[in-house]
Amino acid sequence: MTSSSILQSGGISMSFGAYKVLDDISLNIAKGEIVGILGPNGAGKTTYMNLLTGALRPTGGQVFLMGEDVTRLDTAERCHRGLARTHQVPKPFLHMTVFENVLVAVHHGRAVQPANPVMEAWMVLKETGLAHAANRTAETLGLLDRKRLELSRALATDPKVLLLDEIGGGLTEAEGDALVALVKSIHARGVTIIWIEHIMRLLMETCTRLVCMAEGRVLADGTPEQVVEAPEVQTAYFGAAA
Amino acid sequence: MTSQLINAILLGGYYAVLATGLAFMYSVMNVINLAHGALIVLSAYGLWLLGGNLGLPLPVAMAIMVVVMFAVGMFLQRVVLSRASGGGELLPILATFGISIILDNLMFQVFGADSLSLAPLVGDLSWASFELPGFIFVGKTSVYILLAAIVVIAGLEWLLRRTALGHRIQAVSQDRATAALLGIDTQRTAAIATGIALATGVIAATAMGLRSAWGPYGGSAQLLFAFEAVVIGGLGSLWRVLAGAMVLAFAQSLAAMIHPQGFLIGGHLAFLAAVFIRLRGGSFDLKSLLGLTRKGATA
Repeated sequence: MTSSSILQSGGISMSFGAYKVLDDISLNIAKGEIVGILGPNGAGKTTYMNLLTGALRPTGGQVFLMGEDVTRLDTAERCHRGLARTHQVPKPFLHMTVFENVLVAVHHGRAVQPANPVMEAWMVLKETGLAHAANRTAETLGLLDRKRLELSRALATDPKVLLLDEIGGGLTEAEGDALVALVKSIHARGVTIIWIEHIMRLLMETCTRLVCMAEGRVLADGTPEQVVEAPEVQTAYFGAAA
Repeated sequence: MTSQLINAILLGGYYAVLATGLAFMYSVMNVINLAHGALIVLSAYGLWLLGGNLGLPLPVAMAIMVVVMFAVGMFLQRVVLSRASGGGELLPILATFGISIILDNLMFQVFGADSLSLAPLVGDLSWASFELPGFIFVGKTSVYILLAAIVVIAGLEWLLRRTALGHRIQAVSQDRATAALLGIDTQRTAAIATGIALATGVIAATAMGLRSAWGPYGGSAQLLFAFEAVVIGGLGSLWRVLAGAMVLAFAQSLAAMIHPQGFLIGGHLAFLAAVFIRLRGGSFDLKSLLGLTRKGATA
């Protein structure tokens, strides 16, 4: 592994019974990258993300975070070490306010407790444009704001690596553009980002590198242009979609 | 009539003290703790040992028992409930039912069948009363128990809604996996929440021991009143438990006025009425029974 590697999976495999979802996935994410992961439904993208965060334990292989083997650490400990994720379907704590949702992440998600958690929570909400809804109960939010809250909460843990799971789904074109701008600004302040997405346009506009997965394997890995033009990707992904 | 009204309110205060720990346990841990009554009786024996045998003042005995029951709660969560919670909604209920049977029989073995009371520990207070205009006398302990109910509920509500620990408990109760993703130690949080629920049982044990005598199998009666109060009031806020406890006490008192033996029946009828109202529309699950389904709260 290179010294700049921030997140690495070494030969990760995952089976549910006899069904093999992921087969020997080795990816090395360098500090400062924005990596897009695309692939047809059932390619194992979300399972891969669950293995990275520790929600699932792999049946084979290892996960390294900043050079350390975290395969046996639980989700909360990986969070303290700087790994955060958002869900495809946002999972806010519905009966708490937007502000409390973010505050709880500031309080518990960081390796070092900030001196002023309330201030930190406000800064996150300002950055994601959700400050206006701070005192609303999360269950009153619409989809776009729930996605913003999901992102806010992940940011509140002060991550070094941020995993985004289909955060662009169900948004209008303008909302998608705003999202791209937000992700770029988060990246600009030094957060490494891995973004699973179905909407090709968003990945092409944002990512420095693309990885295409299909049937639990990596089909192609390279610059966005290389990956999109790779013949395997054309048949597996676009061929299947057409 | 005024006297009966006041007594019903004070009785409601007692039921609220009994029910708060049960409601807290369900609303934050999603566990209906069928050992709630037996654990209250266990706390009462602890108070009796510390106060009666060792001669400690009741407040000191209570403080010690709060710490002890908090530890028992953490132990229970880590050793029994955390394992049972992976097995669906029914398994933790059965596990707590098992604990209640073990406790009942253990207490019978250790303390025998004698009825005990904490009244001797407080001397004059157990029969002292306030005199209201019109020759109405209300027992001081009953008034203090009502005040204790209000203080405990206000304290728990404050803890849940205003403190970092409370937000952490809410997060874990609403979505464990997501809470872990935000860096929360979910096992430890669940253990603390269970500890708090059992610690409030010490207040209930004090109230029970001062109001009446209890024996080793007294837990199930306390559990029944607590459960009825929780179902009548519903969950969502612990203040609803206070309201439910008041309705239960009023129904019992009203029925006792109609017929001398109607006391318990009146409470059960109020409970049944609440069950029918909650379950109308055909959603026969625990969340509907406890009034937790909210319209428009879709994920």
